[in-house]
Amino acid sequence: MARVKIENLKKYFGNVKALNGIDIEIKDGKFVVLLGPSGCGKTTLLRCISGLEKVTDGKIFFDSVEVTNLSPRNRNVSMVFQSYAVWPHMKVYENIAYPMRIKGYDKDKIKEKVVWAADTLNISELLNRYPAQLSGGQRQRVAVARAIVLEPAVLLMDEPLSNLDALLRVSMRSELKKLQERIGTTTIYVTHDQVEAMTMGDEIAVMHNGVIQQFGTPEDIYHRPANIFVAGFIGSPQMNFLEVEVIRKDNVLFLRNEDLSIKLPKDLAEKIENDDNKKLILGIRPEDIHKEKDKESTEFEAIEGKVYFTERLGSDTIVHLDFKGIRIVSKLPGDVKIKEGENLKMYMDLGKVHLFSTVDGKALI
Amino acid sequence: MIKKVFIVFVSILVIVWFLTPVVLIVLASLTPSEDYYNQNRILPRKLTLDHLYKLFVVLNGWRATLNSLQVAGMAIGLSFLTGLPAGYVLTRYVFPGKNAIRLSILLTRSFPTLIIAVPLIMIYLKLGISDTLFSVALAHTSFILPFVVLITTSILSGISVEYEEAGMIFGLSRFGAFMRITLPLALPGLAASAIFAFIMSWNEVFISSILTFVNRTLPAQILNTAMTSPDYFKFAAGTIMAIPAMTFIFFTRKYLMSMWGISLK
Amino acid sequence: MTYRKDAFPYLILLPTIVYLIAFLGYPLIQTFILAFTSESGTFGNFQRLMDTGDFWKALKNTILITGIIVPLQLVLAIALALFVNMRFKGYSLILYIISIPLALSDVSAALMSYNIFAPTGYLNKILLKLGVLDRPLYFFGYMFQNREFWIIVLTEVWRATPLVFVIILAGLQSINKEYLEAADVFGFSNWQKLRKIILPLLKPSIMSALLIRTLFAFQIFGVVWLLAGRDILILAGEAYYWHNNVNDPHMSSAYAIVIASVSLAISWFYISILRSKELEGGQK
Repeated sequence: MARVKIENLKKYFGNVKALNGIDIEIKDGKFVVLLGPSGCGKTTLLRCISGLEKVTDGKIFFDSVEVTNLSPRNRNVSMVFQSYAVWPHMKVYENIAYPMRIKGYDKDKIKEKVVWAADTLNISELLNRYPAQLSGGQRQRVAVARAIVLEPAVLLMDEPLSNLDALLRVSMRSELKKLQERIGTTTIYVTHDQVEAMTMGDEIAVMHNGVIQQFGTPEDIYHRPANIFVAGFIGSPQMNFLEVEVIRKDNVLFLRNEDLSIKLPKDLAEKIENDDNKKLILGIRPEDIHKEKDKESTEFEAIEGKVYFTERLGSDTIVHLDFKGIRIVSKLPGDVKIKEGENLKMYMDLGKVHLFSTVDGKALI
Repeated sequence: MIKKVFIVFVSILVIVWFLTPVVLIVLASLTPSEDYYNQNRILPRKLTLDHLYKLFVVLNGWRATLNSLQVAGMAIGLSFLTGLPAGYVLTRYVFPGKNAIRLSILLTRSFPTLIIAVPLIMIYLKLGISDTLFSVALAHTSFILPFVVLITTSILSGISVEYEEAGMIFGLSRFGAFMRITLPLALPGLAASAIFAFIMSWNEVFISSILTFVNRTLPAQILNTAMTSPDYFKFAAGTIMAIPAMTFIFFTRKYLMSMWGISLK
Repeated sequence: MTYRKDAFPYLILLPTIVYLIAFLGYPLIQTFILAFTSESGTFGNFQRLMDTGDFWKALKNTILITGIIVPLQLVLAIALALFVNMRFKGYSLILYIISIPLALSDVSAALMSYNIFAPTGYLNKILLKLGVLDRPLYFFGYMFQNREFWIIVLTEVWRATPLVFVIILAGLQSINKEYLEAADVFGFSNWQKLRKIILPLLKPSIMSALLIRTLFAFQIFGVVWLLAGRDILILAGEAYYWHNNVNDPHMSSAYAIVIASVSLAISWFYISILRSKELEGGQK
């Protein structure tokens, strides 16, 4: 088990800057998810940590030991690959035992450990089979067993659930998470699936363009996105964005554009005190736009438009509202009675509004 | 029903067309000479190993066969020793100029090999290795090596790099991971390509007969003596040449399409 | 794949590249030098070559053999590939049997052919036995050049059709089944499916098969040399003859250069056809 510290890590492939200055510190025993769209650099970062990829610049520490230039086998890491990479020419037992054989463990010790790992992953009956005789889910378990058996300092997982079918994926999520809690190994987990990230990670690092956009708890990431990218990437349906201008009138701040004039509540106004006449981007999540003012305490802004399209998902209804030519998406209860084409008045919860700079996309509140 | 009859009919036609010459040459090589020269005897009264024996033992056919085996062995060894690492690098790494290198290796395949035969003699004379089996092996390597590079590239790219990387994560060096993980997985394919390389060398006749006079390979020997020896020796020679190649191709038939696909590119 | 900017990949590739330069590149240059040096100037060898009737005969025969066998092999190979691709029970055995000639050298193929057509060969024996003939039919010898020629064609068709077959079959197998199922839905007949879907999609395979076969056919040597000797002159045979029997590497190299240039011209011709077809497709 180890703390992982990365300083100003860079990785270039020719002219492509896959990682462009990564700084992150992962505390011992945490389950950290690297989340981002494809091509954001998350897998490259994982491979740099594993040692499979040589870094262009920067440093990687496990506890206080620098491992930047160590080869993978000298780092005491283990990894679960996207394709599982369970060696097809070895039986399950051999697959799990092989890493220990390389390191020269004695026979009894190996056996004891394999039995423990197989037991932990519920694959004791499969030890005598070849990988070709296993299902995808079983192969996955073998890969995990192989990865934990040596009690590595850091456990790396590269989209391990992406090749499983939907049901199995959901159950494996909780199982992997519970397993990690039990063995307590520092785990770095790469995924592009935000639900996986939110449910599994103690902390999430959202990546984009080779840079970590935000590193925080799932709560933080969702409720306090650091910038417009994180706000847009996390949450489904996506957050609504509106361009507005800050206008001061009689010492009261308004957010305005051609269609809208929102009087800012006091606590919000204080945070953008000096942003008069600035253009900003207002963001609000679909679930923070309601059909009724159901809460007395907070303030609301009404918007009215025509219902363009509804997606009935059973538990929720996603309403696409045509608000003066802008598409506003709202998430309402599943049993809500709305017809496409009808006019609808809805209320934005101003307590849940996010504001972003138009210059660098950074969150202002 | 009609379809079934059609399939059986065409199958028989195909079998007869492709197998008859092979069966007949084997038969002829086992036919006693008096039966062969008897116009009224189609099928021999008895079979004999006489011709094969004479060709092999008395006429030094075993020397030529041994020569062929040695040439093929050396050419395969040389080709894999240099070609396998090259194929590995071309599969597992990205680097500037990679495609240009791959393309030029590919281009050598469309090169008529016979045009290099003549200057090779002079080069070998200078090197002092003219009329040796090694010199023939060197020439064979020049067309087997590109094949090996291309075929190993295709075989290795069919083996997920993650197996090898898993090996490196779990305690092996890059070389160790290649030897203990990738190589065992690639072995069936590599064995099949070695057999194809063997057949290429075993069958090559033009270069071998130009490069050697004393130490001739089997096809070169046959080409230069066949027309002056009795017919049944010719057929014995044809049989000796055909059988190993046919047997080998039987064991590698699973790889037939990919091998020829590569070897013809 | 790992990205490397250091010398490692080049170091590993170096032996292969050096080898190919030493044993293909350098001899190739030497061939040119040999071909273009003679007592009577740069083009002396080629002058001499064209002055002999042998060269023109060899060129004519090589072109004739190529022109006859390549189309024949193509048609046969397509038919065979369509047949094997029906995937009936036992098709893999048929596939193996068809591929047997692939493993055989031209020398053994020629001997097999000689075994059948020799004066005391099986064909004559059978025809005599059946009473169709009363004395053996001769296929070989200078007087029977015409027959020799057709025996060579037959042998080459037998020997090298499988080569074309393998390429065509690989092409057939890569055709998406859904195209054919769509054709079934729209009520295409088998003939229409072949004409409108299979053959057009097979075009790249057909072109590469044609290219390869034409190149190889132009280098034909073993079969002709064994069955007809110099009764039927061919380019590769002359290269061999000038080297081994006349001991004149210059003339031999000149022949080699002719073969190489014609090969190059053929490749260029096929590739430019392929290329222009691709461009047409792109513009649509």
